[in-house]
Amino acid sequence: METIKDKVAIIGMGCVKFGENWEQGVDDMIVDAAYEAYEDSGIEPKDIQAAWVGTTGSGTRGSFLAYPLKLEYIPVTRVENACATATDAFRNACYAVAAGIYDMVLVEGAEKLKDTGASGLTGKHTQTGTWVEPPCPPPVQFALAATRYFYRYGLSFEEGKRTLAKISVKSHHNGAMNPKAHLRREITVEDAVKAPMIAWPLGLFDCCGVSDGAAAAIITTPEIAKKYRQDYVLVKGLGLTSGAFQAQLQNTYDFTHFEENVTGGKRAYAEAGVKNPREEIDMAVVHDCFSITELLIYEDLGFSPRGKAKEDIDSGFFTLEGGLPVNTDGGLKCFGHPVGASGLRMIYEVYKQLQGKAGPRQVKDLKLGLTHNLGGIPGQFTCAVCILGR
Amino acid sequence: MIGIKSYSGYVPLYRLGKSTVGWNSPVEKPIASHDEDSITMAVAAAINCLEDTDRSSIDGLYFGSTSSPYREKQAAATIATALNLRDDIALRDFTGSLRAGTTALSSAVETVKSGAAKQILVTMADVRVAVSGSDLERSIGDGAAAFLISDSEVVASIEGNYQLYDEIYDVWRAQGDTTLRSWEDRFAFDEGYLRLMPKAVAQLMAQKELNPDDFSRAVFYAPDARRLRDLTTKIGFDIKKQVEDPLFSTMGNTGVAFVPMLLVSALDKSKPGERIIVGNYGGGTDAFIFTVTPEIEKTKRKDGLSRLLESKEILPDYRIFAWWRGLTEIAPGRRRPPPDAPSASALFRERKKNISFLGVKCLNCGQPQYPPQRVCTFCHSKDKFEDYRFSDKKATLFTYSMDYVGGTMNPPIVISIVDFDGGGRAMVEMTDRNTDKISIGMPLQMTFRKLFSTQGFDNYYWRCMPPRG
Repeated sequence: METIKDKVAIIGMGCVKFGENWEQGVDDMIVDAAYEAYEDSGIEPKDIQAAWVGTTGSGTRGSFLAYPLKLEYIPVTRVENACATATDAFRNACYAVAAGIYDMVLVEGAEKLKDTGASGLTGKHTQTGTWVEPPCPPPVQFALAATRYFYRYGLSFEEGKRTLAKISVKSHHNGAMNPKAHLRREITVEDAVKAPMIAWPLGLFDCCGVSDGAAAAIITTPEIAKKYRQDYVLVKGLGLTSGAFQAQLQNTYDFTHFEENVTGGKRAYAEAGVKNPREEIDMAVVHDCFSITELLIYEDLGFSPRGKAKEDIDSGFFTLEGGLPVNTDGGLKCFGHPVGASGLRMIYEVYKQLQGKAGPRQVKDLKLGLTHNLGGIPGQFTCAVCILGR
Repeated sequence: MIGIKSYSGYVPLYRLGKSTVGWNSPVEKPIASHDEDSITMAVAAAINCLEDTDRSSIDGLYFGSTSSPYREKQAAATIATALNLRDDIALRDFTGSLRAGTTALSSAVETVKSGAAKQILVTMADVRVAVSGSDLERSIGDGAAAFLISDSEVVASIEGNYQLYDEIYDVWRAQGDTTLRSWEDRFAFDEGYLRLMPKAVAQLMAQKELNPDDFSRAVFYAPDARRLRDLTTKIGFDIKKQVEDPLFSTMGNTGVAFVPMLLVSALDKSKPGERIIVGNYGGGTDAFIFTVTPEIEKTKRKDGLSRLLESKEILPDYRIFAWWRGLTEIAPGRRRPPPDAPSASALFRERKKNISFLGVKCLNCGQPQYPPQRVCTFCHSKDKFEDYRFSDKKATLFTYSMDYVGGTMNPPIVISIVDFDGGGRAMVEMTDRNTDKISIGMPLQMTFRKLFSTQGFDNYYWRCMPPRG
């Protein structure tokens, strides 16, 4: 097997302001993100040879992208892979470029969630037509892990809540500095601990924003990239894994780690040549749909030793000033989570950071940045990891 | 010898009681939860009744209820499937009167007597609704019972039975009525009940040449305590020494299950050689005589009914009960949209998984798995499985969450990952729980429940719950 390392370059990206974009339809956001990416890259729309678009429910078919952008008679593929949709769209596009089939490709992710009338995800049953599966919306899926994590590592309810709260406080701090983020205000640990319960033990501030948004990337080969800009960003590694329902079939699935994260991370690390992620990854934007998810990711991706995430959280290891800043843009928690767009929003942040364009949130001495996207329910996750560098 | 081989009552967990705001009665009454109905309670009683019985030995299932959910669709078929009984057994639904349960019982006795079957499971349950605030509402409760009628190893043999019928409007419900109707007490009870019951009991005793003194215990239907006194005086029984406590203040009239549950209560306390007379009433009278056999000493004496009556949660507010019964609507708050109707073909295809709660056991590596798989999650062998019943396996709680946002008539929704003894795991909702008492590692058992009703479908499935008592 070959590796994707240094075979694909990002030369332009765009991302709309995420949020409750009542004034914008999904087409508006698709156009805004794509044209920002065009402008950033210096290409013309007519230069695009093929496109991949991710959305979980805001549209179907390639024409979801082709119609608003008037991409006429080029191949456009729609990708759906739950919350990992956009990263997977990006991944497929990368392989097309690496294979030498296309050398100027647009990837976009877009989602319009705020027209549903629901304050969370609607969480309709999907398994079968009998609707007997218990309602297990996202907060519950991850709360199952929080309950078990507290139990396994002997954290009292209060200790567990405070530990998770610190993750959200950090994300709000970063998000408050980000003009494109959905939720832009600082919160305190007390705010988070005392917030209304959503899915015990997770409260309101343990849950990410539900937002509208779109993000786009222009990718090409490194050789062509050099003609457009010197600060292009290279793909160093890609990893994607899917669970096979182990959480509910196998008594050994422990709910204190997600094997999908571990295997997805290992694949990307192998491609990028990363041996010690805690030391070698300089920043990460990870799938913090819930505070507990981010905590497990620290351990699953090797940022923290097993069971020791609390120590790193307490010491500020993942803050902007820490050893491995995580969710520098506010994360899903504050930037927001338009499901099919989030993976490219994460790549957008790492791309800007690698170019030194992250303003007050800029991480110093940056070589490798990681994005991590997780979708589904325990045992049935799709996990997509992407490592980017210069 | 033909008679009752095993028996069980079922009392739902929730109660309206003294501390229930808006109930205004000293009487405590058990009420079916929002996810229970006569079918699920019958299944619960039957599971207890069949604890030590090989289910493949059951030749028939007779079900009695006046509150069966469908006018056209056999309730006994759902119960038999939930119990994972053989598919060639005789099924009967009995309804139309509060005698439906005892009529099912006498029919089962006749079937076994005829030699057409060796063992028939009889189960009866009711969830009846009376007008809010009425005397009837205070007097009725919800419950179920089950009896295994067999031709061998019986704990109580049947010595005789007798019946009379009346054409009468005393307490009734017409098609489309959600609540009970009744005529004036003095007519309904004095001219109906107090005229017919003595007659039937006297006839049965005369037939067997027995006197009231020949009975250790008497189980009599009664609309209230006063009429029970009147009845026993009239027929010469000693209410204190012989007559089974009708449990008016803790159980109430549980419809078709009322007299059967009192019989369970009597059997729980009985000794070999004791003779029991039973009189049920409902537009007529069914009367029985049983003799308790030495087999009663071999059964696990768990004081089943009294244990279930003591295991309870008092509902804080009458309005919750009214909501559960569809008598009022409580602001749905942040409820999600109502569920779509299930697909009839999908329900049929998955009936073993959903209703029988069958998983599979891998014939190659031996690991039980739920739901059924084609490829083993452990050893990856394909299509090498046998059916494996999870519904009667004990379980423990591995992890859980409590959803305070999702739609339910008893928030929060407790989503539980349960590990079954012997292997296997499932994600199910926890019902009949006190949220202050949930902890990882707690013991759990499975219980058959109604998830929701929509567009003519009552969608049944299994939930977990802490063991009762």
